[in-house]
Amino acid sequence: MTVTRGEFRNLLKGLAFLSPWLVGFAAFMFLPIVLSLYYSLCDYNLLQGPAFIGTRNYRGLLNDGVFWRSLRVTLLYAAISVPMGLLVSLGVALLLNVRLRAQPIFRTLIFLPSLVPTIASAILWKWMFNQRLGVINRVLAPVLGWLHQPGPPWLDQSKWVVPSLALMSVWSVGNTVIIYLAGLQDVPRELYEAAELDGASPVQRLLNVTLPMISPVIFFNLIMAIIGILQVFDTPFMMTAGGPNRASYFYTYYLYDNAFTYLKMGYASAMAWIQLLLVLALTGIAFWSSKRWVHYQGK
Amino acid sequence: MTGRRANILSRLATYAALIVICALAMFPLLWMICTSLKPDWQIVQFPPRWIPEQLAWRNYKLAVSSESTHFPLWTRNTLIIAILAVIGTTFSSAVVAYGFARIRFPGRSALFTLMLSTMMIPFPVTMVPLFSIFVWLGKHTPIQWLGTTRPLWFPAWFGSAFSIFLLRQFFTTIPDELSEAARIDGCSEWGIFWRIILPLSRPALSVVALFTFMWAWRDFLGPLIFLQRPTQYTLSLGLQTFQSQHGSTPWNQLMAASVLVILPVLVLFFIAQKTFIEGIATTGMKG
Repeated sequence: MTVTRGEFRNLLKGLAFLSPWLVGFAAFMFLPIVLSLYYSLCDYNLLQGPAFIGTRNYRGLLNDGVFWRSLRVTLLYAAISVPMGLLVSLGVALLLNVRLRAQPIFRTLIFLPSLVPTIASAILWKWMFNQRLGVINRVLAPVLGWLHQPGPPWLDQSKWVVPSLALMSVWSVGNTVIIYLAGLQDVPRELYEAAELDGASPVQRLLNVTLPMISPVIFFNLIMAIIGILQVFDTPFMMTAGGPNRASYFYTYYLYDNAFTYLKMGYASAMAWIQLLLVLALTGIAFWSSKRWVHYQGK
Repeated sequence: MTGRRANILSRLATYAALIVICALAMFPLLWMICTSLKPDWQIVQFPPRWIPEQLAWRNYKLAVSSESTHFPLWTRNTLIIAILAVIGTTFSSAVVAYGFARIRFPGRSALFTLMLSTMMIPFPVTMVPLFSIFVWLGKHTPIQWLGTTRPLWFPAWFGSAFSIFLLRQFFTTIPDELSEAARIDGCSEWGIFWRIILPLSRPALSVVALFTFMWAWRDFLGPLIFLQRPTQYTLSLGLQTFQSQHGSTPWNQLMAASVLVILPVLVLFFIAQKTFIEGIATTGMKG
């Protein structure tokens, strides 16, 4: 196969336009990924160059209780916040998809919290979750008093802290809501009319028309959630410093500490690679399962 | 007739549900504003009041000018990083997206897939080597990197995968005839990009600019790793150090500071609401 001159010119032009990304990819993505893999096989504390130690970091992690604990904390958080977030945002999007005159206002108000920078929402929720003075327990006070229960120790007790953070994460699902809403608005009206003519009830229409039609959007949001959830760092760092009793010491938090507090760069890199493999495995499972439940139109 | 009544009832129920949800969504924000305006003694008052007896604007003044915060400086730093990141990302992503969208060459789709797959790489994988790369650069080049804002905006000038993807999707919708006509008139490829495609892509470009700004404004882990002196801090990092140092926190001042951090974002949102909503909506539309 010979390359014509026109094709060659196009190749050069294409690469010229791609050059910023090609350089950036090489310098800030490819090189770091290779280095990270190498560091993960090294003893490396920044002050001295990396010294190759084989798989000792990985073997060390297998015997590191804090590592397993941080992984458990993160997966517990994921198990609560991912399904809750997907369900709540889908439900809200369904409500926003009903034809009502005030919808633009509702949509804006529901979207607003997702604009709030993490530092602001962290400070705000820390204040609201305060067991004695926080507004949540004060609003709940009459109910709790009637039940003779003290206010929940939201962030102050090991059992409560992860569910509390997951609950807080639902506050900022506005982004996901908007993505669902766009998906819902793309469902052809004829499908609903046809279903209605066939005598389908609203629930049947939801299960047999809406959900299959927006399953690609659900899948997209699921993948985004999987990629993001293992990287949760900001909120526990700002709100609980990993406590109490390391109950909110998330995976990325422990990784950060290893790298920049204890200067165990090699150990941290090994954690990063395990994290990458986890993300790949989870998205792989999602893709594999998607054949059964995601319906692409006309494909 | 019963059908119509059921219809009205279901509308009413939808309204009620949406009003409750909106109230829950707005409550924390309103509580933030309300706390930010309370004098110290009223914060712990029971039962809590919505409207403070006297509005304590003083909290805002204290939050901005207190000695342990460098609020104006932090705002300036954050703005500099955000603006440089916005210009860099938008411009370079547009150039790259043009290559992916409008020029046919062998290997294009493979490179595009490679670019998309980088979005799955967690930041922790690259953050440790990036740190050591910037340390190395500081030793071997005349430019300081670590402890400056450079690591936070410089990589943005090489495009971001997400922005390139978004812009490519938009560029492919522009009819080819426009480029062809310009080519016949002797316009260079860069000329087509600069004078025809870019002006037509203002909505997509503003989406990318807005998203990048929002991202830079709220970024925390990056500044935490790369910045060292409090005078270089961004708002996120500065406020975090401030709130973690004050055990018995001055909640009203912290709320005032938080309101101030949200304010620019809210203003931007209300200026460009349509761009925002449509931009987010398109992120879910792959292919």
